[in-house]
Amino acid sequence: MGYERQADFGTPEVRSDTQVTCSIDGREVIVPVGTTVMRAAALTGGSIPKLCATDNLKQFGSCRLCLVEIDGMRGTPASCTTPVAEGMKVHTQTPHLQKLRKGVMELYISDHPLDCLTCSANNDCELQDQAAAVGLRDVRYGYEGENHLGAMPDISNPYFDFDPSKCIVCSRCVRACDEVQGTLALTIDGRGFGSKVSAGLASDSFLSSECVSCGACVQACPTATLQEKAVKEIGKPERAVVTTCAYCGVGCTFRAEMRGEQLVRMVPWKDGKANRGHSCVKGRFAWGYAQHQERILSPMIRESIDQPWREVSWEEALTYAAGQINRIRETYGRNALGGITSSRCTNEETFLVQKLIRAGFGTNNVDTCARVCHSPTGYGLKTTFGTSAGTQDFDSVEDSDVILVIGANPTDGHPVFASRMKRRLRQGARLIVIDPRRTDLVRSPHIAADYHLPLRPGTNVAILTAIAHVIVTESLANEAFIRERCDWDEYQHWAEFVSAERNSPEFLAPVIGVDPEAIRGAARLYATGGNGAIYYGLGVTEHSQGSSTVMAIANLAMATGNIGRRGVGVNPLRGQNNVQGACDMGSFPHELSGYRHVSDKATRDLFEAEWGVKIDPEPGLRIPNMLDAATDGQFKAIYIQGEDILQSDPDTKHVAAGLAAMECVIVHDLFLNETANYAHVFLPGSTFLEKNGTFTNAERRIQPVRKVMEPLNGYEDWQVTQELARAIGLDWNYTHPSEIMDEIARLTPTFTGVNYKRLDAEGSLQWPVNDKAPDGSPIMHIEGFVRGKGKFVVTDYVPTDERTGPRFPLLLTTGRILSQYNVGAQTRRTANVVWHEEDLLEIHPTDAENRGLKSGDWVKLASRSGETTLRALVTDRVAPGVVYTTFHHPATQANVVTTDYSDWATNCPEYKVTAVQITPSNGPTDWQEDYEAQATLSRRIVGHEGAMEPAE
Amino acid sequence: MSGHTVEKLAYMANQIARNLVHDDKPVMAVADHIVSFWTPRMIDMLIAQGSAGLDPVAVEAMARVADGRIPPPQTRATDPAVHGSDAG
Ligand code: SF4
Ligand code: SF4
Ligand code: SF4
Ligand code: FES
Repeated sequence: MGYERQADFGTPEVRSDTQVTCSIDGREVIVPVGTTVMRAAALTGGSIPKLCATDNLKQFGSCRLCLVEIDGMRGTPASCTTPVAEGMKVHTQTPHLQKLRKGVMELYISDHPLDCLTCSANNDCELQDQAAAVGLRDVRYGYEGENHLGAMPDISNPYFDFDPSKCIVCSRCVRACDEVQGTLALTIDGRGFGSKVSAGLASDSFLSSECVSCGACVQACPTATLQEKAVKEIGKPERAVVTTCAYCGVGCTFRAEMRGEQLVRMVPWKDGKANRGHSCVKGRFAWGYAQHQERILSPMIRESIDQPWREVSWEEALTYAAGQINRIRETYGRNALGGITSSRCTNEETFLVQKLIRAGFGTNNVDTCARVCHSPTGYGLKTTFGTSAGTQDFDSVEDSDVILVIGANPTDGHPVFASRMKRRLRQGARLIVIDPRRTDLVRSPHIAADYHLPLRPGTNVAILTAIAHVIVTESLANEAFIRERCDWDEYQHWAEFVSAERNSPEFLAPVIGVDPEAIRGAARLYATGGNGAIYYGLGVTEHSQGSSTVMAIANLAMATGNIGRRGVGVNPLRGQNNVQGACDMGSFPHELSGYRHVSDKATRDLFEAEWGVKIDPEPGLRIPNMLDAATDGQFKAIYIQGEDILQSDPDTKHVAAGLAAMECVIVHDLFLNETANYAHVFLPGSTFLEKNGTFTNAERRIQPVRKVMEPLNGYEDWQVTQELARAIGLDWNYTHPSEIMDEIARLTPTFTGVNYKRLDAEGSLQWPVNDKAPDGSPIMHIEGFVRGKGKFVVTDYVPTDERTGPRFPLLLTTGRILSQYNVGAQTRRTANVVWHEEDLLEIHPTDAENRGLKSGDWVKLASRSGETTLRALVTDRVAPGVVYTTFHHPATQANVVTTDYSDWATNCPEYKVTAVQITPSNGPTDWQEDYEAQATLSRRIVGHEGAMEPAE
Repeated sequence: MSGHTVEKLAYMANQIARNLVHDDKPVMAVADHIVSFWTPRMIDMLIAQGSAGLDPVAVEAMARVADGRIPPPQTRATDPAVHGSDAG
């Protein structure tokens, strides 16, 4: 495929049931009413010259290049702002129009440097194309007059430059920032000729401004004014492959634009149904880690972790690993083995890893990192709704009237979905935010939450029950819906429970720490404000009552009838790109793919017939239980794909002790991550750019991941797993991930209609895809719950045992920020570090003053588990008594302080509440120094002495 | 067998009991939950340590499990029939 820009229809698609017919240069076209003449012309294959219009922005009508003639209409209207009328006859190419357009173009070009041949946008510039399209041959105005040619470029952003000398002031960038991204960082300063684009204040550069580097303006710019640095360095791309972002659960799709084996840029794909042509800084720009010098490309082994690594051939590494696995199984039994699948890897890779463990190792000791983020979602939604996934697609938010966000920070965690949500909020939807911290969403340009309820960390169930109390006792429940779709007796039992005085906002206010009137107001708004949608994140699940909170959310949605149509629903915002998929693929120790319990004989029979082995009918160990069993001497070997449990799991010291107690730790990853400090076998991984497969996003949308370059390490991850399986004696012969997907479809009722051919043809599919839902399921439970009735579950507030006291008087809660991703293994290896060089501790001014702290001071953060140091940021974003930090940098080791408390139903760790003390400090703790020393020692590689910088 | 691990298992059982006490049949619900999500070895460890430190509901539930009086699924999250449902 050669390189072509994605088609641009000039103005956005209009949805309408009414159609109108018109003729464009004699070509008949039928379009939805409201469609512009420009779009109609583009749909018939025509192309009206344009500069200020592009199809992901509202029409603006400023450049006057798109003039047309319309029979019966006076003058030459702009086609981008003129809607088609029935029977309209339009002429887009006449001598008169050509003359007018040439004149307009001449003015633009007279203020534009004519260095096209050496310009980095040469051949990829709309101004150039349009100059050619209008037939411009000479420019009558010279450069002697006033112009902008000497203006200085702004190169402060690490990924793109702004060269104002090339700006034609079309304002596409400004509108992209407003409409698509919703950050409103850019303005056009001045008027007429003096006008120019600027990032906020006159003194601001892109880097110092509000800009979040999403790149929407760069994509919108028709000239080389805003352009990726990589295009300047590498040159224009020559082919494009559509693939899916490997960072977060939004699942943006991109055109990976390539020059040879080199990735030039990632351009959000306009046909992507999750992102609709938008992206964030991570997906668009932060892919430099794929070529980072610290990437390990050669397999390595060592007998013990105090030895340096030895680089060996694939064969030697796999033979060694297989020998250890076989030896350990013979000595200690199959249940001394286990593995962890990754939410970062593809569905196919995840499926293979759990198959290797169940069929090859012979044990159900397989778990996934979803354990530590969304396992309560599965438990909670399955108990209440009968299914374990979110109910809506992202488009649904366009019809929401009230949006309730609890325990999620979408502008940082799920930025592209946040942009879509913010667009709806700017159109007037109402907003309720339940979060201990004042997130950016609470107040942003043209958006203000109607209610921000800054509850004390750990009181989610209490506040949701108080909201339910208001809904039931003020008769705001939707009884007709409940009678029709839910179990009425269970509803009454629940209603009686929530109506009790001890569940009223007034009674619970001292526990929650929020004004009861605000709770009442929020409850009334959610129940009566029209389509109510709930979005939640890890602030809901990562608690000792994570599963109860998910059920409390589901109760609220059912009680108000907010299920089963567009605009409503219960929507978990998934953390990593393939959390949904990893759960679907049978990564949990108690269930096979499609959430079927291992004790179910019919399901086991199916797998046993396909795989030719016996499957253990008893559940296996979860990650925390594996580590406990390891310290007890019962668990000896683990295969970990794409996961850094030492950094991401709670209570680092316990994780380290567990790993240290094992005889064979096999880490399969891109980098020598923290877990690899305790590993004996390192198998190099491949990036999402180097493999074929699929990811499933938070909407249950299965999307293709396509190989755009050869794996630097020689193998895609599924191939490595297959080689390991063969080395231990399994006869696996997959030649392409599509064959793995076919096997998944054969074994999983919700995937029966999924295959690569359909994914290629349709772009994506939302499971369930089967006989009952042949085209997939964007919105679930439309006619009633997919299975039986909705179940109300009584969720009693049980306070966490993690309590503050004299030694640890503050509550720590954790989160993440936009530019970094989870443990940061990837983003820390990109230029994104300019936005987040270190993890900071946010503390309220009162608490800071009591301790004599100011922003920038080193502080010691201590809990009963351990202590670490980092720098303070004094801010009233957090309430008094609450402190907050991120966990992107291993040097901080925020998880040294988190405890081993976990969700009662799923053991998802309680990351969001830890009792801590903060004291001034002058540097790293002993633990940090010991850890650093161990890590440096452990990362040595024979033959690379001195050459290997410590990774962090 | 480490004291730490058994203590943790007892803590987990109590936590499950506290969260299921409003269920129709709390003892059955707890027993069902534990059998569905714990490995046999974890269950054996907790049975072996007796009732020390366990809440009353957890004690009864563990007694049921020890006698092999395994209850039928008590919630949809533990019901294999639902696990096999077309909607996951
Ligand atoms: S920077 Fe680009 S998009 Fe923005 S006004 Fe200038 S030419 Fe238009
Ligand atoms: S990169 Fe994004 S946030 Fe920054 S100015 Fe451009 S559109 Fe706005
Ligand atoms: S929002 Fe998520 S999926 Fe989209 S580009 Fe950013 S990180 Fe990637
Ligand atoms: S494209 Fe229509 S006025 Fe600019």
